[in-house]
Amino acid sequence: MNLFKKHLPAAVIACFAISVFAESLELLNVSYDPTRELYREFNEAFARHWKATAGQNVVIRQSHGGSGSQARAVIDGLQADVVTLALAYDIDAIAEHAGLLPKDWQSRLPLNSAPYTSTLALLVRKGNPKNIRSWEDLVRPDVQVITPNPKTSGVARWNYLAIWGYVLRRELGEDFARKLNDPACADEVAAAQSKARAFVAKVFKNVPVLDRAARGATNTFVQRRIGDVLINWENEILLSKNELDSAGVEIVIPEVSILAEPVVAIVDKNVDRKGTRKVAQAYLEYLYSPEGQDIAGKNYYRPTSADAIAKYKDQFPSIELFSIGDVFGGWSEAHRVHFADGGEFDRIYQP
Amino acid sequence: MKKRGKSQRVLPGFGLTLGFTLTYLSLLVLIPLGGLFLMTARLSWAEFVQKAITDPRVLAAYRLSFGASLIAALINAVFGFIVAWVLVRYPFPGKRFVDSLVDLPFALPTAVSGIALTTLYASTGWIGRLLDPLGIRVSYTATGIVVALTLIGLPFVVRSVQPALEDLESEMEEAAASLGATRFQTFRRVIFPAVLPSVLSGFTLSFARAVGEFGSVYFIAGNMPMKTEIAPLLIIIKLEQYDYLAATAIGVVMLIASFLLLLVINGLQNWSRRYQ
Repeated sequence: MNLFKKHLPAAVIACFAISVFAESLELLNVSYDPTRELYREFNEAFARHWKATAGQNVVIRQSHGGSGSQARAVIDGLQADVVTLALAYDIDAIAEHAGLLPKDWQSRLPLNSAPYTSTLALLVRKGNPKNIRSWEDLVRPDVQVITPNPKTSGVARWNYLAIWGYVLRRELGEDFARKLNDPACADEVAAAQSKARAFVAKVFKNVPVLDRAARGATNTFVQRRIGDVLINWENEILLSKNELDSAGVEIVIPEVSILAEPVVAIVDKNVDRKGTRKVAQAYLEYLYSPEGQDIAGKNYYRPTSADAIAKYKDQFPSIELFSIGDVFGGWSEAHRVHFADGGEFDRIYQP
Repeated sequence: MKKRGKSQRVLPGFGLTLGFTLTYLSLLVLIPLGGLFLMTARLSWAEFVQKAITDPRVLAAYRLSFGASLIAALINAVFGFIVAWVLVRYPFPGKRFVDSLVDLPFALPTAVSGIALTTLYASTGWIGRLLDPLGIRVSYTATGIVVALTLIGLPFVVRSVQPALEDLESEMEEAAASLGATRFQTFRRVIFPAVLPSVLSGFTLSFARAVGEFGSVYFIAGNMPMKTEIAPLLIIIKLEQYDYLAATAIGVVMLIASFLLLLVINGLQNWSRRYQ
């Protein structure tokens, strides 16, 4: 009894220390909205993998929200170990405004730090009453288009650029990416760009509501039944296919579209302070492993490894995809021209 | 001899309570607002004017925010008065229930009222369906913003007018009538001057609340640049574009404009009190 009393405090402290030690390996993954299901599955797989290879328990906490506001939360001090966001521009912003990671972060992981990709899909009402088959139908005066605001939403920027790029492809033909950078074609390119400008403006004239983020736009379209067509992530739309069926909507995937590359990065200053660099690095690298790729495919992201591409081939309609690098010169250029204050997007709404 | 000096007040401790009041207000109001000005001071005057005053998109947002709030507060001043009048003067079954309904907009999360109103007034909704053939669109237009702001401002007018009406004994009206005043004269000369200060303070509160409102408007407005984008939403959009300085600059302009407007309305209120 006496012995027990004497050693109780020590025992309590020891237990506490062990539990602290065991829980000390904790990662915070700050992500955007539609990755909830992907990372729920991937986190379990990675925890198993890390236990087997490094012998440590790791707990991964998730935070989800609009890509832009998540980046802002990290800038304002949310202690993210890794960020997995909808577009490179948002991670660029973290590098630029808070200096939490180097500006060349995108070259630190394979494939421009994009372990999985996606594209855009159109959601239309059951039976496709307005007969919407491609981007071309979005400018028809009888069609109402639902998309979030490109100023604030990640997917909306992809939407906007996909439509713009589609017009360039239509005007300049199959090798449009080459022509865009060829000074000899300058006149042809200028004409195509002005066609694209007018086309995109016409699409946005058909937008009755601009929500701030993707989930809000989905609610406007599905729950409140506003609009004839919603533009959203392919992965999100395929994921909720069964629910969508009962909600009375159908999927249309345009034949020419943009290759959307959601990106991942370690937040250097945060992992160095918390001492989690090693596990954070392994976490992101595991996204490129066979198991990581398989989970991405299972959750309707387009995988990047040859095996997983072959395995999930039937799940994704094969369409022509162009990249933002080839057609818009990368994110910072696209942002400067299109989405910065006073850019192309603002001019659509100027009277 | 009477003892003069310290303990004349019912509650002692003036120094302590004043100190508490100042600290409390500093922590909650003055320091955050001071930070706003400090942050804005990083902009040069020319940048400030360009970001927060002359930008046509920002101007359109101010016009919409203050305009819709004024209209909503005016609507509330008139109809809130009628509601308060009914609640004070007439007994009817279910009166207490109706009375408690007035407070609901206080307690309801504004996002909830925003979504409910949007659904009702959308062209497929219960009310919107009836208005649509008449060419009246409410959801996703400036009209919708006024509707949302009217809802959240209503209790402010009703609750400030009610006590004033309760104090106003009906004998005064009877006296006016017995002296030969018509109904309209009684209203204009007796009732109206007596309740005007409280209507004005209800109007002020409802207006101030409406200028700052975000949650309900966000859902019903449609949020189109230059058309249905209110200033608080524009502040959030600027933040999400990492333009912190433009966001604070717009905040400062809103703050100063609201302050000036409230000052004018308070002046009006004092002036109307002189009548009594």
